[in-house]
Amino acid sequence: MDVIMLSRIQFASTTIFHFIFVPLSIGLVFLVALMETLYVVKGQEKYKKMAKFWGHLFLINFAVGVVTGILQEFQFGMNWSNYSRFVGDVFGAPLAVEALLAFFMESTFLGLWIFGWKRLSKKVHLLCIWLVSIGTIISAFWILVANSFMQYPVGYEINNGRAEMNDFLALITSGQVWVEFPHTVFGSLATGAFLITGVSAWKLLKKQDTYFFKKSFHIALVVAIISGLGIAFTGHAQSQFLVETQPMKMAAAEGLWEDSADPAPWTVFANIDTENQENSFEVNIPYILSYLSYSEFSGSVEGMKSIQAKYEELYGEGDYIPPVKTTFWSFRIMTFTGGLMIVLGLYGAYLIKRKKLEQSRKYLKTMLWAIALPFIGGTAGWIMTEIGRQPWVVFGEMQTQDAVSPNVTAGQVLFSLISFSAIYLILALVMAYLFVRVIKKGPVEEEKDVKLTTDPFGEEGYGSYAK
Amino acid sequence: MVPMLSEVWFILIAVLFVGFLFLEGFDFGVGMAMRFVAKTPGERRVLINTIGPVWDGNEVWLITAGGAMFAAFPNWYATLFSGLYMPLVIMLLLLIGRGVAFEFRSKLDNPKWRDTWDWTIFISSLLNPLLWGVVFAALMAGLPIDSEMNIYASVFDYITPYTLIGGIAITLLCFLHGLFFITLKTTGDLQIRARETAKKIVYGVGIALIAFVVASYFYTDIFQVRGAILIPIFALIVLAVVLAGSFAKKSRDGWAFTMTGLTIALTVTSVFVGLFPRVMVSSLNHAFDLTIHNAASGDYSLKVMTIVAVTLLPFVLGYQIWSYYVFRKRIKEEEHLEY
Repeated sequence: MDVIMLSRIQFASTTIFHFIFVPLSIGLVFLVALMETLYVVKGQEKYKKMAKFWGHLFLINFAVGVVTGILQEFQFGMNWSNYSRFVGDVFGAPLAVEALLAFFMESTFLGLWIFGWKRLSKKVHLLCIWLVSIGTIISAFWILVANSFMQYPVGYEINNGRAEMNDFLALITSGQVWVEFPHTVFGSLATGAFLITGVSAWKLLKKQDTYFFKKSFHIALVVAIISGLGIAFTGHAQSQFLVETQPMKMAAAEGLWEDSADPAPWTVFANIDTENQENSFEVNIPYILSYLSYSEFSGSVEGMKSIQAKYEELYGEGDYIPPVKTTFWSFRIMTFTGGLMIVLGLYGAYLIKRKKLEQSRKYLKTMLWAIALPFIGGTAGWIMTEIGRQPWVVFGEMQTQDAVSPNVTAGQVLFSLISFSAIYLILALVMAYLFVRVIKKGPVEEEKDVKLTTDPFGEEGYGSYAK
Repeated sequence: MVPMLSEVWFILIAVLFVGFLFLEGFDFGVGMAMRFVAKTPGERRVLINTIGPVWDGNEVWLITAGGAMFAAFPNWYATLFSGLYMPLVIMLLLLIGRGVAFEFRSKLDNPKWRDTWDWTIFISSLLNPLLWGVVFAALMAGLPIDSEMNIYASVFDYITPYTLIGGIAITLLCFLHGLFFITLKTTGDLQIRARETAKKIVYGVGIALIAFVVASYFYTDIFQVRGAILIPIFALIVLAVVLAGSFAKKSRDGWAFTMTGLTIALTVTSVFVGLFPRVMVSSLNHAFDLTIHNAASGDYSLKVMTIVAVTLLPFVLGYQIWSYYVFRKRIKEEEHLEY
């Protein structure tokens, strides 16, 4: 394999692995903050117990998210140095702001939260976890500002062969950011919520700490339903923006070779033949693609062949069609999991209303497996977004093949790919093992108070000499 | 004279690296002390708890430095990170292992499990400053940067006697810094042992730093370029180490810690002073040097970034200092330790 392919595999595996932990962190910490808020407002110990138990899972998860994030930041320079040179001016800025604004906040206040239960007042301690939660969301915002530039570059001009920022405001108010960011945040909240409902469901099935886990289930389910609906609405906004800005990705996601009929039907299933550029078999639902694209039941959507012809005129000869099957199927997996999440959430609400939750063993079992849904949906979504943009790394400006580091050899990337993959595997196994252990152990009772000791920065450390 | 924005960012990145090595420096030192000073699992837990609430925030200084390089000097970021691909892969593996080790070690009540992660912390804390020393020395000594700003380096381009001296000096310095941090955060036997160890290795630190300075005279051009500023800085470094040793003897731990912190700050500063206005030196041809001019982002981008950084840094510093204040108490083994 050549260095481009290896670098792409490494980037994809790092990003996908990193993005298992990121949405879970964002979602879990938000729910933990919610639970601690209930504790502080209502003053009931059970909510503190809740915040601590789910906080435990969050912490294990957060650690892996942080360490894989360092890799994520460094690999632009390591594997994609030409890309970094070309876009650093625009793309580096949001990353730097992310570190300054979000990473410091997350890590500092998380340390305060973990070790501060007895050192800080209730309210200040609560503030710490909210600052961590806000930090994770701010972090998502800035990294998506950077990613949006790759999808839909704005606020820049090309000078001396590189992209230079000329409008920061345009960068952060880009339409792409404001469809991508809420979609990702809702997806992340759902990821945390479904973990809590799933684990709680499992505990309810085993009839352990029933009261505790029923309460947890209720709180998480509310977040799950709200974010499920949020995902759908923002997803719709995103698809409309996509038709406008990256029609090729949308056409590929639809397996649409020729321009569609008016109104455009939505393809549920297709047997795609990329060689002959046609689909041998399709199942369609009329009107729906028009609705997805324009929010109305009419309008034709451009097909890949005509966009290809347009792009050849615009960008010169080349193949501008992304891997169609991957884009098509990842889009379907994403929307299917999203829909399923909403259905499961609403059905759970119905069961709770009818006071039948604990008796519905089938539903509880399904919810355990449903932990996987947001992960599958999120991963599929990113695969669609990034694969569907190919051959571009920055749409319309730079192709992926030109972005790679010229001085890094295939052997080096192979070495790093193998060692990173090995460490990912170990981390994933350890994580899964620790999660199961913490969950099996269940919530624990409070330990006794700690006596605090002396102050080294007073008399002992400096004092005697300074006198 | 108004400084140019690229100069401001050069200074800011230097500050970030000073912050990183000052803070993460004692984290690394504490990590090394896990084997050299702590004798029992209980003592190791105390050591880990001295940095437990802060190590992650300290590491963010490095992440921010990386982000700032990417944003302000894309060519520096691209050349350095792709050119030193293998050392960075190793460093990342070490940082990943170390980061999760802090979180994982306490999650199972099994001595073997705990030992595995404690060794991970130890090895990573030992090799990380070594790698940073090597990288800083290599920046000054020069790397084979070609006309396209790309480095095609073999291992022996960055692993040289000179860079190894730099690596050892930084490692020892971080160890000493960490030992003084331990004397501030612990009590009893552990505190005394840390102080005794510090008294012994302070000579080693002094010798290693002097060797690094002398070797820099032969292997780099920093004396020719910035000798007038660097010689007083080097004198201050030596003075700070001597003072650190004498404070240690009088058990003035706070002052000793301040002195090693000063030593780290001055050492990192002298690297950046020696480089300025270059950010990387080419060993092939000085025409290929990366400078704050040919590596920098455009003025607009730098201006926006400056406003953001100047607005945010005071807050960041404020709450980081506050978190150290909250956790100012010493840590004892009898207490319930959360790690």
